Amino acid sequence: MLRKKHGEHMLSARSLHCRRGGRAVLKNLDFTISPGQVLALHGANGSGKTSLLRVLAGLAPLASGQLWWGEQSLQPGDAGHAARMAYLGHQNGLSTELSATENLRFLQQLGGGTEVAATLQTWDLLPVAEQPVRYLSQGQRRRLALARVWLGQRVLWLLDEPCAALDSAGVTMFDAHLSQHLEAGGMAVIATHRALDVPASSLQRLDLDTLPLNSLLNEDIYAAC
Amino acid sequence: MNMSPAAPATAPHITRSWRSLASPRIFYPFAGKLIPWFATLAVITAVAGLWIGFFIAPTDHQQGEVYRIIFLHVPAAWMSMFLYLLAALHAGIGLVFGTRLSPLMARALAPTGALFTVIALWTGAAWGKPTWGAWWVWDARLTSELILLFLYLGYLGLVSAIEDPRRADNAGAIVLLAGVVNVPIIYFSVQWWSTLHQGATIRFDAAPSMTQAMLAGMLLMAVACWAYSVAVALARVRCLITERAALERA
Amino acid sequence: MLIPVFTRELLLAVRRPSDALSGLLFFILVGSLFPLAIGPDAALLRVIGPGVVWVAALLAVLISLHRLFEHDLADGSLEQWLLAPRTLIGLVATKVAAHWLIACLPLILVAPLLALQYGLSNEAAICLIITLLLGTPTLALLGGLGAALTLGMRGQVLQALIVLPMSVPPLVFACSAVSASQQGLPAGPALNLLGACLSLAAFLCPWATAAALRLALE
Repeated sequence: MLRKKHGEHMLSARSLHCRRGGRAVLKNLDFTISPGQVLALHGANGSGKTSLLRVLAGLAPLASGQLWWGEQSLQPGDAGHAARMAYLGHQNGLSTELSATENLRFLQQLGGGTEVAATLQTWDLLPVAEQPVRYLSQGQRRRLALARVWLGQRVLWLLDEPCAALDSAGVTMFDAHLSQHLEAGGMAVIATHRALDVPASSLQRLDLDTLPLNSLLNEDIYAAC
Repeated sequence: MNMSPAAPATAPHITRSWRSLASPRIFYPFAGKLIPWFATLAVITAVAGLWIGFFIAPTDHQQGEVYRIIFLHVPAAWMSMFLYLLAALHAGIGLVFGTRLSPLMARALAPTGALFTVIALWTGAAWGKPTWGAWWVWDARLTSELILLFLYLGYLGLVSAIEDPRRADNAGAIVLLAGVVNVPIIYFSVQWWSTLHQGATIRFDAAPSMTQAMLAGMLLMAVACWAYSVAVALARVRCLITERAALERA
Repeated sequence: MLIPVFTRELLLAVRRPSDALSGLLFFILVGSLFPLAIGPDAALLRVIGPGVVWVAALLAVLISLHRLFEHDLADGSLEQWLLAPRTLIGLVATKVAAHWLIACLPLILVAPLLALQYGLSNEAAICLIITLLLGTPTLALLGGLGAALTLGMRGQVLQALIVLPMSVPPLVFACSAVSASQQGLPAGPALNLLGACLSLAAFLCPWATAAALRLALE
C-alpha cells in the first residue's frame, strides 16, 4: 500500500504548563521530536500524559509556553495543524451503530485518506467489516480505531494507550505499523505503559513522574488573598 | 495562550492605573476598602428613602396608601434589569478578553440580581392584589420579569453544576449573553403591547408624572439598592477570589 | 462536504429509532391527556388547543435533545469532530438540521391530528402548522445550545432551565398567531416575529453551540 512520504518539520515544545480542571498538571515541559521519531510518554496514572496529548492535539488550551512546528508557532484552532495530526484518546471515536466500513468511509469523506478496504485488510478487520461496531470485542474496536489513525495518513500521531485491550497479535500489528509510519518520516507521541518495539534511534522517552515540579506560574496573582 | 497576563508584580499603592484593577491580587484589597463606604451609603439612603416614602410623600389620590410599595418595587425592578446587563457585560468581557476577574464579577452580581427580581415580583404581586384584584396576571412585563428570574436561576445553576472553573465561567457567559435579549423586552413591553401594567413613571423624554417628594423617595431608594448591590457584590467577589486562589494552588 | 455528516445522522437515526420516536410519542400523549383531564367542553378546548399543542411540542423537543450530542460524546466521535479541519459551526448546523428532520418533522406531521382533537377550524389548523414549521427550527437551535452547554451532565433539569426561558418568545408569538387566526384577525405580524426569532437563532446559535462544545471537551 502506498504511503505518503512526510516532510521535514520538527515538533517542539518550550516551557509548557498545562492545567486540568483548574489545577496545574504539567509544569515547564520541553521536548523536540524530529521526523521518524516517536516520543514515548511514561508515568503513573494522573501524571499528565493524557493532558499533554490533548494539548498537543489542540483540544485543551495551554496555560503557558509555546508549541512549534518547524519555524511556525502553533496557535489554538490552527486548521493546518488539525489537518496534519491524528489523535486517539481513551475512547475509540467510532459510532457503535455503524459498521467498520461505514465508519471508515465516513471519516475518509470528512478528512481524506487512503482506501478503506486496504486499510481494513492491513489491520485484519475484513472478516468483521460489515457488522455494527456494537458487536465487536474491545480489542477489535481498538484495532479499528488504530485503523482509523492509519487511514488518515497524517504526519503526527498522538496516541493515548493505543494498545489497551489489544491481544499479542494486535500489539505486534501495531508495532509493525508504527515502524512503517516512522520510516516514512512520520512522528508520534504515544502515552504507554509498555516498551515500544521500534529501533532505539527512533525512540525518545519522557518520564512525567520524575520531572522537577517547579513552583507555580511565573507570577502568583493571588498572593494578596 | 488563552489567559491575558495579569498586572506587573507591584504593590497596590504604587500602581494607579484602572487596568491594574483587573488583576485579582490588586482588586482584592481595593474591594475590601470600598465595601464599608458603599454599605454606609446604602444604609443612609435607604433610611432616608423609606422615611420620605412612608412619612413625607403625600397619599396618592387614586390608590391611597398602598401605592407606597412603589418605593421598593420600582428600584428593585430597575436593579434586576441593570444587574443582569452588568453581569452579562462582565461575562462577555471575560469570554472575549480572558481576564480573570470578569467571570468572578458576573458570578458575584447574579445572586443579588436574582434577589431583586424576586423582590420585584413579590412586591408587584402585593401591589397588584389591592389595585387590580389579582395576585398575578400574565401580561408582557410580568411574564418577562419572571423569565428574567429563570434566566438568573439557569445561570446560577449552570455555574454551580460545572466543576471545571474555566468551563463554568465560559458556559455561564454564553448563557447570560443569550438571555440579554430579554431585558429590552421587559423594559419596552409596556410600550409595545397594551398591558395591564402601568406605563413608565420615569421617562427620558417627558417630565415624571409624580410629585417631587415621591420622586425623591424613589430615587433615594434606587441609590440605596445600587449601593447595597455594589457592597454585596464586592464582598462576594472577594470570597470568589479566595476560593479560586485556593483551587489554583492545589 | 457536510452531506456525509447529514447522511450519517439519518443513518444513525434509522439504526437507533427509539430516540426519535420517544419525542413523538410524548407529543401525542401530552396532547391527548389534556382533553381527558379538562373534559369535553368544545369551546374551551378550541381556545386552549394551540397553546397545549405548542407546549407539548416544546417539551417533546426538550426530551429528544439528548440524542443530539450525548451518543457522540460517549463514543468519542465528538472529540474527533473537533479535530477535523472543517468549521465546527458548519458541522453543528448540519447536526441540528438533521435533528430537526428526525425529531421535529414528525411532530409537525402529527399536529393536524391533534388539531382535530381540539376542534380547531381549518384556518387555525393551517396557521398552527405554519407556526410549527417556523418555530420548531428555533426550538431545535436553542435546544442544541442548551444541550451543548450541559453536555455530559446528569439530569435534564438544568438543560430545561436554560432552554425554556429562551424558548418563551417563539412560544408566545406562535400562540398569538394562532389565536389571531381563530378570531379572524391577521396572523401576519405574529408570524413575522416568529420568523425574526428564527433568523436570530439561526444566526447566533450555531456559533454559540460550537463554542460551548469546545468548552465541554477541553
